[in-house]
Amino acid sequence: MKFKADRAVLLKALAHVQSVVEKRNTIPILANVMIAVRDVKLTLTATDMEIAVVEDVAATSVRNGACTAPAATLYEIVRRLPEGAEVEFDHPGGDAQLAVRAGRYATSLVVLPIEDFPSMTAGTLPNRFMVEARALCGLIDRTRFAISTEETRYYLNGIYLHATESDGVKVLRAVATDGHRLARVEIELPAGASGIPGVIIPRKTIAELRKLLEEASGEVELAMSDTRIQFKVDGITLTSKLIDGTFPEYERVIPRDNEKILRVGCKDFEAAVARVSAISSERSRPVKLSLAKDLLVISAASPEQGTATEELDGERVSYAAGPLEIGFQARYLNDITAQIKDRVEFRFSDGSAPTVVQDSADPSALYVLMPMRV
Amino acid sequence: MIPGLCRDCCGVAGEASTCPACGSRCIVRHPQLFELAIAHIDCDAFYASVEKRDRPELASRPVIVGGGHRGVVTAACYVARIYGVRSAMPMFKALAACPDAVVIRPDFAKYSAASHHIRALMAGLSPLVQPLSIDEAVVDMSGTEAMHGAPPAAVLARFALTVEREVGVTVSIGLATNRLMSKIAAGRDKPRGFSVVGSEAAAMLAPQPIRLLPGVGPVQEKKLAARGLTRLGQLQALSETEARRLLGADGPALCARARGEDRRPVDPSRETKSVSAETTFDHDLSTLAELEVPLWRLCEKLARRLREAELSAGGVVLKLKTANFANRTRNHRLASPTCLPDRLFAAGRLMLAREADGTPFRLIGVGANPLAALADADQPDLADPDTGRAVATQQAIDALRAKFGATSIVRGRGFNNPASKA
Repeated sequence: MKFKADRAVLLKALAHVQSVVEKRNTIPILANVMIAVRDVKLTLTATDMEIAVVEDVAATSVRNGACTAPAATLYEIVRRLPEGAEVEFDHPGGDAQLAVRAGRYATSLVVLPIEDFPSMTAGTLPNRFMVEARALCGLIDRTRFAISTEETRYYLNGIYLHATESDGVKVLRAVATDGHRLARVEIELPAGASGIPGVIIPRKTIAELRKLLEEASGEVELAMSDTRIQFKVDGITLTSKLIDGTFPEYERVIPRDNEKILRVGCKDFEAAVARVSAISSERSRPVKLSLAKDLLVISAASPEQGTATEELDGERVSYAAGPLEIGFQARYLNDITAQIKDRVEFRFSDGSAPTVVQDSADPSALYVLMPMRV
Repeated sequence: MIPGLCRDCCGVAGEASTCPACGSRCIVRHPQLFELAIAHIDCDAFYASVEKRDRPELASRPVIVGGGHRGVVTAACYVARIYGVRSAMPMFKALAACPDAVVIRPDFAKYSAASHHIRALMAGLSPLVQPLSIDEAVVDMSGTEAMHGAPPAAVLARFALTVEREVGVTVSIGLATNRLMSKIAAGRDKPRGFSVVGSEAAAMLAPQPIRLLPGVGPVQEKKLAARGLTRLGQLQALSETEARRLLGADGPALCARARGEDRRPVDPSRETKSVSAETTFDHDLSTLAELEVPLWRLCEKLARRLREAELSAGGVVLKLKTANFANRTRNHRLASPTCLPDRLFAAGRLMLAREADGTPFRLIGVGANPLAALADADQPDLADPDTGRAVATQQAIDALRAKFGATSIVRGRGFNNPASKA
């Protein structure tokens, strides 16, 4: 195998694959990237057995062949090469070392046989549809913060993606929850997506996909079965196993008739919560929202450090229902307000019942927050 | 005249060797007897004593409380101790030493009830009572003389008699200037002891082995012996600088304790640090399927103990002991506190699955760490709309068991039980 490639192009591809390989893996080959030239086309492949990334890379002066080499080392080498460099890879075959050259730099890397490199097969993926990269980002960004890390409830360790109806409109919906908060976001159902199974996409897959989407524009091709999902974007194919579990019946926990409505300027609210919660470094300590007519008092207390309060009133706050006191974890409030642009709407029932939070101007995202005892 | 107190009538004794009031020979004397106020109270062979109380025919027999042939001795009565039986000794060894012993399975509900009774009596001694375990507490009785109309020593002697009469077990009391010396004193004169240590503390400790100090284990003892230090008197003689140089940062504190000094206050608010339950198997177990059975029972027991202590688990600790006596401890932090056996079990099983690799185990334990308030446990959960029902179910189970006994209602999972009872 032999090829030449531009440093910047190679670096970008290596960045993608090296983040997939398992850092603490005890199986050495899983730390490697497979470099293959077939039919004058160069592809890089990395897998941790749960996720596989296959990326096409523009290359010249190619000769067919393949080998596997440590992904992290290759990434570091290419990263440290001077900008604009042309990098040459040369592997004569078998267990010979892989030569990497750029200008007057040269290295020889120990390779592992490609026969040992695990292949992650996608199987047949009967459901296929296209979705805007921007829209997919919107689904991910507004739900991923609520993904649970709890091992005992592994079925919460991802985003639940499924097709459903919302007020008579067909939508593609993403839901995540860790039990304390729940995020439900939907977009118009893309053509061809109506028959998809409900799937739970693992946290790591979401993280890797989101990185790929950062640089992407245009459309992403999704394909899925009950056990696998595949994303194709800009010559990169990300295939992942799905979480084998049943996502909880989340609709049951979304309150329908919370009638105490608070609307507040999102940025004002966010900044006030940040200031007030600075009193305590303890993450799980609640901030208290005390409500009266068109008045919101945000307060926090720490037994060691003291207390803090901030009032919001006038044009920034509208609240017409009776007095209410309710506590939330500051971090949870912040995770939600970070996704809201202008005005945030809270719909309360009482101080101990789930609260609905939405962007006043955007009904496509809905959040539910469990209060804390204050 | 050295002040003396009759332990049978709690009156002040004169110079004679018998009590002027009741004629008893059971007199305790000490120059500072009526000045000292820190008392360590320790029940004598507590579990075994409770069993003997309930089965008077066993009074003169050696009694061992513990589980199964493969279990360990939880408590041994003083008759059994004559044969060399000690707590924590493997049962087979204990039975080899004392083949005639009557082995009784522990009944913690009974011990807990007796302990509560004793605690209630202690509450009458002083507001400063700090329980140290189910059968041990330290009491600061400073300034209570006016209230009781008697010095602490007399009040404590009366307390010991009340416990014997009302609860039916004996206690040993150590009266001293501080917590450390009161504990050492209590251990000096068991059972049914009343031991007093005042200003002679350092002199009394000097010839004793270092191991006598609570908290000095075999490892530290060995280390000190390697430096030629075996008696407390040798530690007493070290200056602070020497202590630091020879024994490290904790050296000076160790030497202070060797002199019988202790500044720890008696703190009744001192919280429970851990709640746990464990069991030793009759036969080694190695598969996940086998090990889950005792794990489930222990999780139920842990859940019950947590609720009794008004606590919940913020994390679960799994403890295993291999057939070769190697300990394995694993921790799992929970997303939110719980006192439901199912949730404790889910976390415990997750850790157990990683350890059940074919290694034979002789013991399994499960504990809660960190602890959280019961009020924070099992809050409504967005991912589990049935949390409220699970809590209600558990409360119903608790209520049934309180009324009809622990085995009146058992989960299906608890039936299949090839291992010893947890």
